Amino acid sequence: MTMRAHVYGDSVDTDRIIAGKYTKTLDMNDLAKHVMEDLDPQFSARFRVGDVVVAGEHFGCGSSREQAALALRAAGVKAVIAKSFARIFFRNAINVGLLVMEIPDHDIRQDDELDGEFAKGIVHNLTQNKTYTSSALPPVMLAIVEAGGLVAFLRNGGSFEQL
Amino acid sequence: MRAQTIAEKILSEKIKRDVRAGDLITCPVDLCTASDTTAPLAIRSFEQMCADTTQARLADPQKVVLVIDHAAPAPNERIANLHSLMRQFARMHGCRIYESGEGIIHHIVYEQNLAPAGSVVMGADSHTTTYGAWGSFAAGIGSTDAAAIWKTGHTWLKVPPTIRIELNGSLSDGVFAKDIMLHLLAQLGMQQANYHALEFAGDTIAQLPMSERITLANMTAELGGKTGIVECAQSVQADAQADYAKIVRVDVSQLEPQIALPNSPANGRPLAELFGKPVNFAFLGTCTNSRIEDLRIAAAILRGKKVAEGVRFYISPASRQTLLQATREGVLETLLDAGATLLATGCGPCVGTHMGVPADGDVVISSGNRNFAGRMGNRNAQVYLASPAAVASAALNGCISIPSLGRHP
Repeated sequence: MTMRAHVYGDSVDTDRIIAGKYTKTLDMNDLAKHVMEDLDPQFSARFRVGDVVVAGEHFGCGSSREQAALALRAAGVKAVIAKSFARIFFRNAINVGLLVMEIPDHDIRQDDELDGEFAKGIVHNLTQNKTYTSSALPPVMLAIVEAGGLVAFLRNGGSFEQL
Repeated sequence: MRAQTIAEKILSEKIKRDVRAGDLITCPVDLCTASDTTAPLAIRSFEQMCADTTQARLADPQKVVLVIDHAAPAPNERIANLHSLMRQFARMHGCRIYESGEGIIHHIVYEQNLAPAGSVVMGADSHTTTYGAWGSFAAGIGSTDAAAIWKTGHTWLKVPPTIRIELNGSLSDGVFAKDIMLHLLAQLGMQQANYHALEFAGDTIAQLPMSERITLANMTAELGGKTGIVECAQSVQADAQADYAKIVRVDVSQLEPQIALPNSPANGRPLAELFGKPVNFAFLGTCTNSRIEDLRIAAAILRGKKVAEGVRFYISPASRQTLLQATREGVLETLLDAGATLLATGCGPCVGTHMGVPADGDVVISSGNRNFAGRMGNRNAQVYLASPAAVASAALNGCISIPSLGRHP
């Protein structure tokens, strides 16, 4: 099944991914209900589970709230593809198992149909008949991704010292 | 030995090995904090990290600090229960917790000297960068990274390249560190410093009191920096030949008061361009600017006068100590007499969590750090960012006005 791209611009901040007033909860469904609300009030109406969020530079800047990555994951976002990511958001996404792909030269447009071997960092744009490759992760992040997130990495005896 | 930046020196000292920008390292952490926005998730991650939860232990309870400041006191039962979870965790694991009303974490860390110069601090709040004001390496992280530090005492880091910000000259009257940061944001944008450390240096630094240096380090977060370290008497000094990704020079004597327009802190303009624009909501608070020095400036502007009709003026001091000091000095009485409304100390209004949420169409001037759409709880309000003096001047006049007062009354 292909995934549809929901495309946004540069410097999408975590306040607009999930507003501060919704962050104080441990219920992921609460977060999912309000994801992207202040960025795009139509997001929840257009989004289908498994779609991809695509952005320009510096996605996830601002607040360190991990709820931003969790809300996207809980809403069923398959992956976030951006030209670059703000550092805290990128770490959070890796830590909680939200797939993030840095593709500096992507030219994905709204509603493009995407497919790919995400685990290998490869994205096919079926609409434009193009293929993109994401930037490589440092070994420590790769190990965390492979474990399924930072909780699982440490629970299973992983250690930063070994990396 | 190769010449090093301050960030490289602090991290080299911490892991007893020479590091340089780009190195991936595992580093012991001296302090790891979390607030009521981030601690509940961190607690959950921490418990899940331990295969046997009865064996769950903090690596060092002395190095873990929780604070209830983002929605304090609790506005509803859901948040009250999250606060309760934090209290139980602190009791069970022997770490410190600062209750609602004690203050904003970043000001508490300063007052209590919890992160002396040279410390490596990771905090589950983006404005953890604040502690660079006196020479710590301090960075924001998310909840699960915090939980990992609680469990292991360590984190992994890429040693950041450094952008050096050379500030020279003396600020004019009515111009503050806040204006320097809004100016830098307008020049550099929010992403150029992503993954970088900032070093604030130059002859201006010695002229700035700690309160103002805190604003520099604090708003490093808006510039996208990992950490922002002020080179000062307390701090490690950078080597003269250190490698910099970039050097930015600002003659601050030429700087006018600045104001950031909605909806980005990087939308800074000279404040004079907006002179006379009506505002109906003024907010003096946040980790960026709500210290006693900031309250004194506001009081000096409003002494014996009244807030303009139709303006709500909310003040939220940085901490209990700040509030006590403002009380002793008569600063609080001056502000209340002028028509200010005192809110509990904390982060609530800045982050739209509770207290002082603007209505649709409200025009807000805030001494805070972010004005993203919806940041203060309502995407249909406009939020402008400026110095405490500009906020107090706007409250007095009912419009954006030139903060003509002296620097540090």
